[in-house]
Amino acid sequence: MILQEYIKLFNEFRSVIESNSSEALNALRESGLQALEGADGKALKEYETDFGLNFQRYTIQNDPYKLFTCDIPNIGAYLYYIVNDTFYANPQQQPLPAGVIICSLKEAAQNHSELVKPYLGRQMHINDNPNEALNAMLAQDGLFVYVPKNVQVEKPIQLVNLMYGNVDIMAVAHNLIVLEEGAKAQVLVCDHSSGKVKYLANRVTEVFVGKNAVYDHYKVENTTEGMTNVCSLLIDQQEGSEVVSNIITLNNCQTLNTIKAGLNAPHASLSLCGMCFLDKTQHVSNDTEILHHKPDTNSFESFKYILDDESKGNFYGMIKVLPDAQKSVAMQTNKNICISNDAQMRTMPQLEIYADDVKCNHGATVGQLDDTALFYMLSRGISKDEAKMLLMSAFVYDVLEKVRIPALKDRLKLLIERRLRKENTSCDSCMICGSKK
Amino acid sequence: MLKIENLHASVGGKEILRGINLEIKAGEVHAIMGPNGSGKSTLSAVLAGHPAYTVTEGSVTFCGKDLLAMPPEVRSREGLFLSFQYPVEIPGVSMVNFMRAAVNEHRKHKNLPPLSATDFLKLMREKKEVVELDNRLANRSVNEGFSGGEKKRNEIFQMAMLEPKLSILDETDSGLDIDALRIVASGVNKLKSPDTASIVITHYQRLLDYIVPDVVHILYKGQIVKTAGKELALLLEEKGYDWIKD
Repeated sequence: MILQEYIKLFNEFRSVIESNSSEALNALRESGLQALEGADGKALKEYETDFGLNFQRYTIQNDPYKLFTCDIPNIGAYLYYIVNDTFYANPQQQPLPAGVIICSLKEAAQNHSELVKPYLGRQMHINDNPNEALNAMLAQDGLFVYVPKNVQVEKPIQLVNLMYGNVDIMAVAHNLIVLEEGAKAQVLVCDHSSGKVKYLANRVTEVFVGKNAVYDHYKVENTTEGMTNVCSLLIDQQEGSEVVSNIITLNNCQTLNTIKAGLNAPHASLSLCGMCFLDKTQHVSNDTEILHHKPDTNSFESFKYILDDESKGNFYGMIKVLPDAQKSVAMQTNKNICISNDAQMRTMPQLEIYADDVKCNHGATVGQLDDTALFYMLSRGISKDEAKMLLMSAFVYDVLEKVRIPALKDRLKLLIERRLRKENTSCDSCMICGSKK
Repeated sequence: MLKIENLHASVGGKEILRGINLEIKAGEVHAIMGPNGSGKSTLSAVLAGHPAYTVTEGSVTFCGKDLLAMPPEVRSREGLFLSFQYPVEIPGVSMVNFMRAAVNEHRKHKNLPPLSATDFLKLMREKKEVVELDNRLANRSVNEGFSGGEKKRNEIFQMAMLEPKLSILDETDSGLDIDALRIVASGVNKLKSPDTASIVITHYQRLLDYIVPDVVHILYKGQIVKTAGKELALLLEEKGYDWIKD
């Protein structure tokens, strides 16, 4: 199936899609459609499979909250599930702090349109990015989070994105997260998939971080063979806001993460990190763009990849320090280890500076494990596999340290160790993505 | 305990060791001295199994077993310990994890169960005292940011943890001030027993004031050219290496 077929399908089912979605989401469809009609179909080779789309809003038989338990001990998160592209309200929702809204985007657009309309789609570049255009055309739902002024959500908000089915499925979802002035929230997104069929997820997450607000965004991908994961994380930062993000690919098949952050007011600061663990024929691309628009903005970026077998990694990092962004600081690094001879890493750390009083650096390395350190460990009786595992864990240690949810950090430490030992990385009590079905 | 016969070894095609013969018995301390480039560090690297060195001839028997047939990690588990001249910094690997991995591999080799976390930490605390190592050490990365003296003390601490049969101290005195030297040497002496042996590789006689050798060998151009008692070290100190070259 090629892109034109999806456009045809959309035209055919447009009224069904629109009747099942909301006005705010429907308002984006026409521009998505037009952008795709003008786009070169080959730009989206991921969409060649004939994926099913859930226009009729079928739901799964089981209650996902009973079927799948995410296993991060003591995280105590506000938990939500999106199975394929459908939001499932938590039947045992813990009470939220006053004024905080967490619900499906469709519901939010109907009941709180004044909180959705000013933000939805505002950060998308539908005409320049075919994946975003497709999302605009087809997304019917997603997660909505709203944190009012000066409210701090102490517990993390966890969204489990699960791909689940027995036919090839495409899920197109749009999440919207809005933090008002002085608000604070942490969002953890877990991407999972189950089964042997092919999946394609196209998810756009737009985040608006108000003045002096503090926002953490973690994404942990633990998906299976047959999954193509196309994610865009778009962040708008206001004055004095602080954002910490960590994009972790533990297991995957094919992943494209696009992260774009705008430091749109003075004193906004961003820490954007990521780590990828790749083997077999896995492929991960992290495509990041940080725009320093205003003075005294600060960005720190660090991505690390460990590649084994015939895996492929891509890092494309663009930092632009625009003319108005004097006294800004931007640091970018991408470090990679290729364990095998056949692993491939491509990296493009880029910096464009249009202001003259700034502090910036960028760099990338691709290398192997340190032989001297390896021999030192062997000479103490540590086995080669264990020594390599310790060195690889050490390699990503500083990125892991940036995780600010202690329970998540502990869990990731264990999962990374298992991953590096090539053991099962699914959650211990998971009923669906692991072997304990 | 250790028997080296006609050992030849090269690195990058260049022959460094040209027929070493050496026998060390339990309870003995042997010093190996010699000028720069004589092959002292090569000998220790070959014994520890460094992959950059190729043994071209000869044999090494360690406690009745063929040492050269063992990979480096097995040599360690069999009871060989090399204190590095330049201990390696491993950022991100904590001393605790590093040592626990090593101790438990040694225990596995002896068919012993792994130590519990409490027993392991207790052992660490005990052994740290041997070389008066700081308590903060456990949480730091291996050798990262350690001073020269701390690195060498850390080597002896690891030796205390692993309780080797044969320890090779490769220029353990280099980069040490007198106080650190005394601490390191007294650590080595505390670990000495009738069942263990040591090879002390050094440029200077200084260390041998503290760790008194039973036998002193002089290595020159890849061969042992002279072997005598501890008085040989004093003679060297007085006369320098030039007289052996003639």
